[in-house]
Amino acid sequence: MIHSLTFSLGNMFVQLFHFLGGVMGLFNDFVSHIRTRPFYAKLVVEQMYHIGLRSFVLVAATAISTGAVMSLQFGFGLERFGGKLYVPKVVSLSLFRELGPVFTSLMLAGRVGAGITAEIGSMVVTQQIDAIRALGTSPTKKIVIPRVLATFLMLPLLTTFANFIGLIGALLICVAELKLDPFFFYQKVFTTVTLKDFVVGISKTFFFAMFISLVGCYYGLRTTGGTQGVGSATTKSVVTSSILIVIGDFFLTKLFWIFEKWTS
Amino acid sequence: MDVIEVKDFHKSFGSKVVHRGVNLSVRKGECMGLVGGSGCGKSVILRSLIGLEKPDRGSIKINGIEITGFNENQLVDIRCKAAYVFQGGALFDSMSVEDNLAYPLREHTKLNDKQIQEKVLQTLKKFGLQGSEKLMPASLSGGMQKRVGLARAIILGPEIILYDEPTAGLDPYNTKKIQQTILELKKTGTTSILVTHDMPTAFEVCDRMALLLDGRVAAEGTKDELKAGEAADHLNRFVNGEAT
Repeated sequence: MIHSLTFSLGNMFVQLFHFLGGVMGLFNDFVSHIRTRPFYAKLVVEQMYHIGLRSFVLVAATAISTGAVMSLQFGFGLERFGGKLYVPKVVSLSLFRELGPVFTSLMLAGRVGAGITAEIGSMVVTQQIDAIRALGTSPTKKIVIPRVLATFLMLPLLTTFANFIGLIGALLICVAELKLDPFFFYQKVFTTVTLKDFVVGISKTFFFAMFISLVGCYYGLRTTGGTQGVGSATTKSVVTSSILIVIGDFFLTKLFWIFEKWTS
Repeated sequence: MDVIEVKDFHKSFGSKVVHRGVNLSVRKGECMGLVGGSGCGKSVILRSLIGLEKPDRGSIKINGIEITGFNENQLVDIRCKAAYVFQGGALFDSMSVEDNLAYPLREHTKLNDKQIQEKVLQTLKKFGLQGSEKLMPASLSGGMQKRVGLARAIILGPEIILYDEPTAGLDPYNTKKIQQTILELKKTGTTSILVTHDMPTAFEVCDRMALLLDGRVAAEGTKDELKAGEAADHLNRFVNGEAT
């Protein structure tokens, strides 16, 4: 019993270090290849369209319902203590600093991370990645860099949209259910949320973008075992990037909090 | 002169030892057949010749240049000179036939778009694929995919062509077409290695053959030499579909 538990734990640590080493290696490849020619700008733009624009509806739906649900919950919760008027402040701060970045990233981990892994994994099992190499080109340049760069550029943009769309959801509930004045909502939001809150939230998304895209590419490139392997790699990719986002959010929040205290 | 020279090639995957010291050499303009049972590592040797796999031990020389220690950047030159024809074609399924063929030209030549298009159409015509330039790989038959894969591999005019099971799963008509293409390319002086289970094709197009057995080359020579030599029994059993 103890022996098998020790073995399982040991195996888990080996896999964890193997994963960390692999992702760091891929990041190192990304950094070293991005500085050399050729640079496939067209592929980056294509990926920006697939990753960014085509995720917009999903992100907008998530954001508007998040804003609306937050307003409902805080509205009914705070009403008992006469604090209904604080709803715009609480909801807007939560959206800009935490919920907007985290929920948008989780949605993208599901949609984009899974898509990246499944696409690359399928290319691996059909020897298309080998063909890229056999034709004297680099899979890092052709496949990894466009996806990582596009996610890195589009996730902050999508989060910015999500923050404002979330506010619209919150505004609708505040007006329709909590009977707050729209101008009052607007005034409270813009006197509460500062540029610093916005920047802190958006800054996290650069890290989350790296988690989603690098993990997606890593599992995709290491796909083995045919179509079943593609499914398994996709699941691992989504689970791993989601966990990294959630855990990473805690450490980033703490880090930014220390930084804010230090600069103020 | 040997264009391809493999010496003491060892390769294992985990605990499975695939090659235990393969020695192989291919002369300029020659077509060498590499035959052997499934899983004996024929494709592994082929992949190693352009650096898609690294041997655990041994030497691989292409045009006299040792490539086993090469990194991906150093291998680009070798990969432009040695084309690899994948078993399933390995066409990029997000690109049309035209773009698949244009890919190596866009990457490795300074041709403009018009010149690339002309070259692509000319190559498609040569392979009897005219009219398919706008089709996507998914809408092509298996035989057409293999021919497009072959066309893409040779479009840069390589000195060496490595065929990985080019006739596997094809009907007699498409098999014949691939055989003819290989013979035509041979006439242009290209050196090639053909990995196959299809013995009639091997006998038809190869100048010499090597029989892989137990991780080594059990016999090497022309069709007649192999049939008359020590490995004749192994070869006959392989050809007749019996266990080697």
